[in-house]
Amino acid sequence: MLDQPNPDEVLEVVAQMLREQFAPQLPGSAAFHARVAANAIDLVRRQIAAGERLEQASLARLRALLGHDGDADALERELCERIRDRSLDASTPGLLDHLMASTLAKMSIDQPAYASYRRALKEHPGLDPN
Amino acid sequence: MTMADEEFRAGLLAAMQRALPGVERIDGLRRLSAGATLQTWSFDAVAPDRTWPLILRRSPGGLRAARTLSLPDEAALVRALRAAGAPVAEVVYTVQPEDALGDGFVMIRIPGETIPRKILRDAEFDSVRGALVGQLARAAAKIHATDPATVPADLRVAGPRGMVDEFRGRYEAYGVPRPVLELAFRWLDDHLPAEPARPHLVHGDFRHGNVIVGPGDGLRAVLDWEIAHLGDPVEDLAWLCLPPWRFGNLDLPAGGLGTREALVQAYEAAAGTQVDPARLRFWEMMGSMRWAVGCAGMLEWFRSGRDRTVERAMIARRVSESEMDLMRLICGSA
Repeated sequence: MLDQPNPDEVLEVVAQMLREQFAPQLPGSAAFHARVAANAIDLVRRQIAAGERLEQASLARLRALLGHDGDADALERELCERIRDRSLDASTPGLLDHLMASTLAKMSIDQPAYASYRRALKEHPGLDPN
Repeated sequence: MTMADEEFRAGLLAAMQRALPGVERIDGLRRLSAGATLQTWSFDAVAPDRTWPLILRRSPGGLRAARTLSLPDEAALVRALRAAGAPVAEVVYTVQPEDALGDGFVMIRIPGETIPRKILRDAEFDSVRGALVGQLARAAAKIHATDPATVPADLRVAGPRGMVDEFRGRYEAYGVPRPVLELAFRWLDDHLPAEPARPHLVHGDFRHGNVIVGPGDGLRAVLDWEIAHLGDPVEDLAWLCLPPWRFGNLDLPAGGLGTREALVQAYEAAAGTQVDPARLRFWEMMGSMRWAVGCAGMLEWFRSGRDRTVERAMIARRVSESEMDLMRLICGSA
């Protein structure tokens, strides 16, 4: 029912306009904020593209780790409580893998160029969110 | 210019006429930072026979975050550090109530670069980059050796235990569950080092962006003393090694400039003390925790309207970078 171009296509050109047309013409601090805005739009594009898939993968890992069903927020809180009371720790099978996979998934949206993320992808190829 | 701008300019001129001999006017007044609670202004005070290049740090309402030093205290601290021979700016005037400028102080403007990527990449800094790690280490040793009794400022005490407790409290107050931070807090509890034998003066934000570097001579001054406190000197060395300040040079932990070993060796030689690698590791974990909790707090700044800007929203989305660094430390790969 809804028409084209799709949101990703529109956002792509908005980011491009901010970065390539506006930023070079603006004075220092405004140019900086135009580039920050372009980066923000790119982040949103990545989340639209992959967010749902990454949330579902995290939920499946959480259910396996905690051994029961539940919604993502409740399971996340339970995981925090169990790490806090030490009934789960770094030696628990699957815990470090889950946390590393979740962190890599966040970084793939938030800051895929961050050097520690690029390195961690090489260190944990099996947990690559892409 | 608005009326408020005119009043500010006139007030600043009057203050400079009280502070420096023969000042007739101020030139080139411009604002360098846009912070709501802390402003930085650059200007020249001009007398017939000389010109002073100056920086004003000012808080118009005098209100600052609870953990930060007041500007008069920061001025007193910087004066004491300069007297002790540390590389800091020369404070020429502390703003007085009768100036009607709020809180603030004026210091001599030091030419040079603070932008990390320029210092790490531009050709004009090629010749000083090799020496910078040693210069930073010696500056840190000088700061840490400054007798806290000579500092006429109200400095809070925060050692390893106090720092963990403070940031755990802030994290819990936000109410957003973060399993990586929970695991990192357990790690910090399990690796807590002994409190230092005596508290040392610690800068607290010792990193790129807060140091002025010159193309010919390297380190010129350490800036931004607002979260200075008394605590464990290794905190400053670890903070300098945090991955976000390496700007892509991941394998050069000391500010993207050199190895941990080079930093520690230069520091040990200057300070005459040994740095325990386990203590350094604790403070690197604590540093990434501090950066994580700091970024996490930006969600409230953004949502409450305190700073509803794109930049603030994007900083709130930087918690994950610290979670990445914490996970790599926990897995023993950082």
